Amino acid sequence: MPPQQASILIVDDELSVRDSLLHWFRKDGFNVATAASATLALQALEQSPYDIILLDIKMPGMDGMELQSRVHALNPKIVVIMMTAFASVDTAVRALKQGAFDYVTKPIDPDELSHLVSRALKERRLEDENSQLKETIAELSSADFVIGESPAMHKVMEMIRQVAQTNATVMIRGESGTGKELVARTIHANSARKYFPIVPINCGALPDSLLESELFGHEKGAFTGANFRRKGRLEMADGGTLFLDEIGTITSKMQVDLLRAIETNEVMRLGGSRPVHVDFRIICATNEDLEKLVAEGRFRQDLYYRINVFSIALPALRERREDIPTLARHFMGKLAMEMDKRVSDISPEANQKLMAYDWPGNVRELANAIERAMVVSRTGIIRPEDLPFAVPEAPATATPVSDSLADMEKAHIAVVLGKTRWNITQAAELLQIDRATLYNKIKRYGLQRAEGGEAEANGSKPA
Amino acid sequence: MSEVFLVPICLPGQLLLLEHVSAQVSRAFAATVTVLPHRLDPELAFDSSRGQYNSTELLAQLLEETAGSEAGVLGIAGVDLFIPILTYVFGEAQLAGRAAVVSTYRLDNARYGLPANDRILLDRLDKESIHELGHTRGLVHCNQAVCVMRSSTYVEDIDLKSAQFCLACRARLAAPAASR
Repeated sequence: MPPQQASILIVDDELSVRDSLLHWFRKDGFNVATAASATLALQALEQSPYDIILLDIKMPGMDGMELQSRVHALNPKIVVIMMTAFASVDTAVRALKQGAFDYVTKPIDPDELSHLVSRALKERRLEDENSQLKETIAELSSADFVIGESPAMHKVMEMIRQVAQTNATVMIRGESGTGKELVARTIHANSARKYFPIVPINCGALPDSLLESELFGHEKGAFTGANFRRKGRLEMADGGTLFLDEIGTITSKMQVDLLRAIETNEVMRLGGSRPVHVDFRIICATNEDLEKLVAEGRFRQDLYYRINVFSIALPALRERREDIPTLARHFMGKLAMEMDKRVSDISPEANQKLMAYDWPGNVRELANAIERAMVVSRTGIIRPEDLPFAVPEAPATATPVSDSLADMEKAHIAVVLGKTRWNITQAAELLQIDRATLYNKIKRYGLQRAEGGEAEANGSKPA
Repeated sequence: MSEVFLVPICLPGQLLLLEHVSAQVSRAFAATVTVLPHRLDPELAFDSSRGQYNSTELLAQLLEETAGSEAGVLGIAGVDLFIPILTYVFGEAQLAGRAAVVSTYRLDNARYGLPANDRILLDRLDKESIHELGHTRGLVHCNQAVCVMRSSTYVEDIDLKSAQFCLACRARLAAPAASR
């Protein structure tokens, strides 16, 4: 902060002190104001903000100590420097305990004063930088927040809210691409640990021996090639969160070691002789049936109970098709910025194609599909032909038996129900009628769900 | 500023020193410099508890001494100066005012246990005189390492800077007073 932009308030009941400091700091280019009493100082603070306050401890009426605590309550960012003519260790300690930046004895050495003020300015700048960075972290961590308006996602968000502020171990279940890591990051970003790292490790991607050294670290010479000491991911997550993806793949030895680390909050490096205390929170994820693994004896029951304290199940994208348009628009907007490409809309036909597809790769696949569509799109609008997948021909098993309006309607409803795998909400949306009407029509036309989810219109000819 | 008065304060037998500073001030500000006979009573500014002279009091006396004139006035004192909140000052000036005062007391190497050196003393006095008169012309402290308007809290700081204004300060000096 250049001095020209910094402001100083001098509070002292002695006119000569106020005047001499006023002139001194003005020559340094500061915006300076003075106040002859604590009451006047508080009035000045209400009118404009100050970066630094130089404050006399002994004043008639409200003294400097009292004023300091009021200033601190008003704005803890203001750097307060206490001045006194009568140095005493007691007052100095009291002032510093109350949050004063420093304490000087009058008269002040000119050199001490200029150092003090430049240190105070640095402190103030760091405070500002710190709060800006915190805001940036908050923005960054919320930028990719879990998106979705479906009841299933509302439930997930509610669970994230419930568990984020606690220290509980969380298990996230869901198919590949449903956003398990994003949920883990969201929990971390909303927890008190957010200013410490979230350290992810994909247990399934590493062979057992490597995973052990990755997780626990190793001492120099612990094994051939271990030429240097190395911190493990558990230690790197100190103060923060360790995200263990594909937890179901770890071997029984690793399960024992991990359980011990979780229970004792201590980590022993490979080849190490003494444990290191680490403060971490664990979030696990898996797309495997852990209960089955436990029943088969391939996953330790005690570890299972340890990590399965709070479980969040993420729905597959096909189970929340109503979120597809919102998600697609979100990715379009995000990628448009990243790619600096003007793609501003998704055509209704493309949206229908997106909603009809099954998304085995879930949200990740959707994001990739939108990215590809944006690359190939020439019109600024994503059209069905830009999308890189083919929706299996809708079960066009319903050719109307006659040209009557009723038969046409029955056949069309059957096609739409087939497309949406009998998701009534979606089908009603596509048909632009409400759900109750759709139910009535299904009942009236005797439509039934066939095996595999296709609609079967009684009396219709097979295609 | 077309005219500057120099007023010696407790500075007996220093005619050469006054002439030297006159020439430097004249050069720096393109001003006519006149040495006024010593008529101040510095004892009015003396603080017996500190054994020092209050420079703010001296400024008031310099203004009174030259009341009615629009000329700048620079007191050159041979005594130790202070402002109430600081332990000492090399000098003091009214920001965008008329009066300034500097002291030779702490500029002398002999004060620091070193052999006296008149050349260094004069050099420091030139810089501090120009610095304080710079304040009276509305200049604030400058961050440029060699600019004469850089703030100095140690004599060594004075030695590091030059007796010249940097380009920016010179431009501000040349600008109309209101825009400084």
